[in-house]
Amino acid sequence: MANKRNTTEKTMQAIFFSVATASIAILFMIMLFLFMEGLPIFKEVSVSDFLFGKYWYPTSDPADFGIFPLIIASLAVTALASAIAIPLGVMTAVYLAELASRRVAEIVKPLVELLAALPSVVIGFFGMVIVAPFLQDVFNLPTGLNMFNAALMLAFMSIPTITSISEDAIYSVPTALKEGSMALGATHWETLLRVILPASISGIATAVILGMSRAIGETMVVLMVAGGATMIPGSIFDPVRPMPASIAAEMAEAPFRGDHYYALFATGIVLFLFTLLFNIIADQIAHRYRQVGEASL
Amino acid sequence: MAETVKMRSRNLDFYYGDFQALHSVSLDFQECQVTALIGPSGCGKSTYLRCLNRMNDLIPISRVEGELLLDGEDINDPSLDVVMLRRRVGMVFQKPNPFPKSVFENVAYGLRVNGIKDKAFIENRVEESLRKAALWEEAKDRLNDSALGLSGGQQQRLCIARALAVEPEILLMDEPASALDPIATQKIEELIHELKKNYTIIIVTHSMQQAARVSDMTAFFYIGKLIEFNDTDTIFTRPKLKQTEDYITGRFG
Repeated sequence: MANKRNTTEKTMQAIFFSVATASIAILFMIMLFLFMEGLPIFKEVSVSDFLFGKYWYPTSDPADFGIFPLIIASLAVTALASAIAIPLGVMTAVYLAELASRRVAEIVKPLVELLAALPSVVIGFFGMVIVAPFLQDVFNLPTGLNMFNAALMLAFMSIPTITSISEDAIYSVPTALKEGSMALGATHWETLLRVILPASISGIATAVILGMSRAIGETMVVLMVAGGATMIPGSIFDPVRPMPASIAAEMAEAPFRGDHYYALFATGIVLFLFTLLFNIIADQIAHRYRQVGEASL
Repeated sequence: MAETVKMRSRNLDFYYGDFQALHSVSLDFQECQVTALIGPSGCGKSTYLRCLNRMNDLIPISRVEGELLLDGEDINDPSLDVVMLRRRVGMVFQKPNPFPKSVFENVAYGLRVNGIKDKAFIENRVEESLRKAALWEEAKDRLNDSALGLSGGQQQRLCIARALAVEPEILLMDEPASALDPIATQKIEELIHELKKNYTIIIVTHSMQQAARVSDMTAFFYIGKLIEFNDTDTIFTRPKLKQTEDYITGRFG
């Protein structure tokens, strides 16, 4: 009997171990593949020409493989999206955690999180059909498919992440801290500004960075609404071509294991490094400013 | 001893929703005395304490009836400024709850939220408060360090200093030593002795010995009612009621 139990125990352990290793192994192989397919481009172009080259003409002869406009497009769209999403997301979180009655919060928070369930293609479609003509009319632009439109859509996509994680962080600030502040004659507003937000800053920062990393890696939306022009934008209403859009649009036409193909994979590496960086920063902040002492309970 | 009533409650009822947590509690607190509130868990002593600076306002479904007078003024009067009330009636909580800020900023907090900007004044008051809370010697070299790096006992004295900085008249203490070791507890008790020269102190405690050591008056609560109130010596040596005696001698509770 004991023997049989022992065997079950060991089998279970083995099964879980192999499942866990399998997913890690697959992730690792994807990464390996990404680097294997991307690095050969650097035999043709130097790393600095690739990163800082201003011209992306992968199908010309001779071809130009400079992804600087794509990097700038990605960063600019993400920055603009964050500028919209951070205030909206964090303020929504403050409202839900501190000002709304618990009943309202319990209804509204799942609704905000439901926004995250919208498929990105739907958001892209909305941007294309509704927002683009609107922008075009209002600002009298040659095209409504531009950086501002993309940033707006990406902001919609990152708000659920930012709101949800920030709300958790703000809500988990212990009542004891709040009461300590109120007992000293601070108003709710002063307590919020001087105690609650500083105490939850690590969670809010993590939320913001995770939201941003979602925005920078998002493909479908930028493919549909960013406009797709490979140029360094001069204004927020210029069409742009962020890295993911470029990869998705061109991969099907790039000859297998040709220079263009390698260049697209190398763009993927750059994109991967950006999102990796965001995640590392988020992790670092979460650890460094971890709520300690009474605040961690 | 000056026999001035600092705070007085008359037939105070308190409800959490439909549940009545306090039944007609009437108590007088003399100026510059320590009053201990004792009783088993859930008897309403903490709820009562939190009525005194309207901390229960933070609980949405709570309701209070009856009279609570601070220097003869009804503190539940809707026109009363609750911020002013809480400046006059300071509070120290069960678990030390320093803000995640520096030691200095913790003590300065109450001054800053009350609109004081004068730097020299704040510095003076911070030092004075830390001295009163017997923390100055230990903390003077780490004023800019995070308060969360202090030991539990130091954190609790910091919370006392923080409360003293706004110069309250009454200090409410909700089991201030329950999370502390015996040495830190002793320091807090010595501090209470020192503070009662200038402050009216009302302390909730689970420890009979502590009540006996620090208080002048003792009130015994049981299931939301005030059972017996008298000077501490009488309560602990010749309680009038059997219920009080049973609790004090540890036969129940």
